[in-house]
Amino acid sequence: MKVKGTEKRQILFDCALAVFLLLLALTAFLLLGHRDRGSAVRVYVQDECVGEYSLSRDGVYVLNGGTHLLCVEEGAARLTEASCPDLLCVKQGRVSRTGERIICLPYRLTVEVTGGGEEIIPTGG
Amino acid sequence: MKNKNRSSLAYLTETALLIALSMAFSFLESRIPAFVAVPGMKIGLANIAVLVALYRRGAPTALGVSVVRVALSALLFGNTAAFLYSAAGAVFAFLVMLLLRSVRVFSPVGVSIGGGVAHNLAQIGVACLLLRSSAALFYLPALLVSGTVAGTVIGIAGALAYRALAGIR
Repeated sequence: MKVKGTEKRQILFDCALAVFLLLLALTAFLLLGHRDRGSAVRVYVQDECVGEYSLSRDGVYVLNGGTHLLCVEEGAARLTEASCPDLLCVKQGRVSRTGERIICLPYRLTVEVTGGGEEIIPTGG
Repeated sequence: MKNKNRSSLAYLTETALLIALSMAFSFLESRIPAFVAVPGMKIGLANIAVLVALYRRGAPTALGVSVVRVALSALLFGNTAAFLYSAAGAVFAFLVMLLLRSVRVFSPVGVSIGGGVAHNLAQIGVACLLLRSSAALFYLPALLVSGTVAGTVIGIAGALAYRALAGIR
């Protein structure tokens, strides 16, 4: 906030930083999973896979002993009910493409779409 | 003697007000339903107070404002998990902001961008630790973008606030 001649230079650096971060975001986006339709979803609690459900068949599944409800419909999966206080996982909506996931942090639960192409960076859990 | 008492009282009052404002901002933005899809996405309005404290009073005060705000907010509104997230984000953001400011090539907006992004990165980090996997990295692109945009807005707001307070000692 020093109003000197260096102010323009500072703003230049600010923009450079912002552009760098946005490019970083783009890179991360491209690397972290294909845009292909997935074939199945895997459910992880902590780092343990507790189930795998096909996306080609519609169904409703009870997860984790009843804390979450997984709904597979028209090739996409979403959580329709959850016991966590913030329900962010339910609000995250539908996932259908490889690498996409829904995370419920209070319950350490992850629903991840698998199949349908290789992930360049395997971010399995 | 009188001057010293007056300025230290002013300092105390100002710092307390910044903390209180910071808490109010934090609560306010938690009530906005817009940012729900991605866990941890928020504007970070509370950082305005930390920025102002950083530029008006220096690093120790800014850290104090940040830490006290996190602690009091957690006591009043949050639970242990939320506190962990908040604390990790706040501390990491402060360190990054301090670093960016000391380099002296960035304006407060740049510093704020650094702080916002650092906050989000810390939260992704904590999420990865809790999930014991790299699954949370999925949100990296979205949070990098939102951190940059929010950081810009917060930085401008902070700069305006600083300018408005410039006359007050």
